[in-house]
Amino acid sequence: MQQLILFNIFNGLIVGAFYALMALGLSLILNLSGVINFAHGGFLALGAYLAYSLMPAVGFWGALVLAPLLTAAIGLAVERLMIRRLYGRDPLYSLLLTFGLAYILEDTTRYIWGAQSLPYPIPAWLTRPLSSEYFFLTGYRLFMVALVALAVAALFIILRYTRLGMRIRAGTLDLETVSALGVNVRVLRNLNFGLGIYLAGLAGVLAAGMLGLQPTIGTSLIMPSFVAIIVGGLGSLPGTLLGGLLIGIASGITTVFYPSATEAVMYVMMGLVLLLRPRGLLGEEGRVQ
Amino acid sequence: MTASRRHAALALLWLALLTMPFWMKAMGGYTELASRVVVMGLAAMALNFLLGFTGTLSFGHAAYFGLGAYGAGMTLKYLVPSTGLGMLVGIAVGTLAAALIGALIIRLRGTYFAMVTIAFGQVFYFISFRWNTVTGGDDGLTGWRREPLHLPWGSFDIQGSDTAFYYFALACFAVAVGIMAALLRSPFGRTLLAIRENERRARFLGIAVERHLWLSFVISCCMVSVAGTLYALLNNFTDPRALRWDMSGNFVIMAVLGGMRSFWGPLFGAAIFVVLQDFVSSHTENWMSIVGLIFVAVVLFFPRGVLGLLRSRGNQ
Repeated sequence: MQQLILFNIFNGLIVGAFYALMALGLSLILNLSGVINFAHGGFLALGAYLAYSLMPAVGFWGALVLAPLLTAAIGLAVERLMIRRLYGRDPLYSLLLTFGLAYILEDTTRYIWGAQSLPYPIPAWLTRPLSSEYFFLTGYRLFMVALVALAVAALFIILRYTRLGMRIRAGTLDLETVSALGVNVRVLRNLNFGLGIYLAGLAGVLAAGMLGLQPTIGTSLIMPSFVAIIVGGLGSLPGTLLGGLLIGIASGITTVFYPSATEAVMYVMMGLVLLLRPRGLLGEEGRVQ
Repeated sequence: MTASRRHAALALLWLALLTMPFWMKAMGGYTELASRVVVMGLAAMALNFLLGFTGTLSFGHAAYFGLGAYGAGMTLKYLVPSTGLGMLVGIAVGTLAAALIGALIIRLRGTYFAMVTIAFGQVFYFISFRWNTVTGGDDGLTGWRREPLHLPWGSFDIQGSDTAFYYFALACFAVAVGIMAALLRSPFGRTLLAIRENERRARFLGIAVERHLWLSFVISCCMVSVAGTLYALLNNFTDPRALRWDMSGNFVIMAVLGGMRSFWGPLFGAAIFVVLQDFVSSHTENWMSIVGLIFVAVVLFFPRGVLGLLRSRGNQ
């Protein structure tokens, strides 16, 4: 029993790491540009499938590096061609646009790679369990958690110490002043969007190794990401990270005791947060309005 | 537009609605498609009560639509074989859920509100999906049919005749739309417009903004659950897709496509969307891409919708 609980908590942690990675990208874009990127799941799937197609040519590690970058490049183009036109308009429009893009991306991946789920090969030494007692601790899972942790750490370092990161943080607070100080806001938003999509692509490649490839892989991960942002608090990236991990672990624990409520539990958490602390766990006062 | 021209346009619209089963067939459609236009039109107009006239974007209306559908279907399947009672239960369930969730989220605004409505919408999707002993899970709720209506002055066979069901749906549509129009013309409706135009000013005038927004949300969801019950009755079936997020998105695009600043706009949007979806999905497997392209095209090229476009032409 104890092992089962540990297993599910660990599972929840992994799932939560995915949610967090997705949600951080969403949050970045939402905070700076006010766009709810519904197509985020579509980009995740794209990253996963691109890695699948690249792998024969560049190998597992090459795909891990290249696929998220390619996804980010596509994201940059999409922002430039379409989403950019909608800044400053009612958020309704960007939401609808990305909603349409989500449809197109899912359908395109299905058209190119087929509706059947595909296996995603990972190096054999990564799939071996590390200990016979804790069978669930395969190398790949630990590797995944480590990589997510690394990506999150890198993101926070970029935001904290680089010029781009400082501008993103400043723009989140007051874009007009940042623009008046001579920063090219269009480029800033573009790069920020790309950064968010990079995270989605990376999450996609990692998810592919664990869940296999399906065209709907992105849509099943996007809703929990929304919940993670709401639970963590709008406008707070550490909050988003915390929210993602919390709902992942909560659904992991629920799986042990009441499997059919696995998804419902995160919405219950969201309801509680909204009832008791509407701005979210680490959200700033006033962002709600 | 002058008053007489508006009356003429309205009369023409109702004439078109009353004769739709006939001209729909002539155009290569079928009666059920006409019913779907009316049902989806009601859903889009109900959403627009909140979106266009209160200025609040809900991206989770499918939840209440689906609750109406499951409420009606499950009543007919498990409790009593009565269409009227099924509808009442469906509407009550949808409205009650909206009242509870509305109270939780009404303090939020803008993108945050939209996001929370999306997330809450999924709760009911997962319940209907997971609770398969009762809801039928992914396969949907089957094994029931809409029953003929027994009215004091005789019975009306909406079970056997698609045309009869169309007129039943149209009658429900007329009642619901009439209520919404009356509400929007009342002082309450004017207050909603004031909140839409300038929330802060409305608040300074002493308007209880939160209570008005909550009421508007509940009314909108109540009407969308009416549409949901009709949708279940139309298909004699309902499945979790009726309350998934893509359905919510479809309602929003119908409203925007038709023109969300006009009362009737969403009906036109729904008509275009439903007919196009029916046509595209019977011709290609990649209908999702086409629907996605419609979304993108509407946002980039017709943000004010068909009626908005016509109106600005008329004003020039």
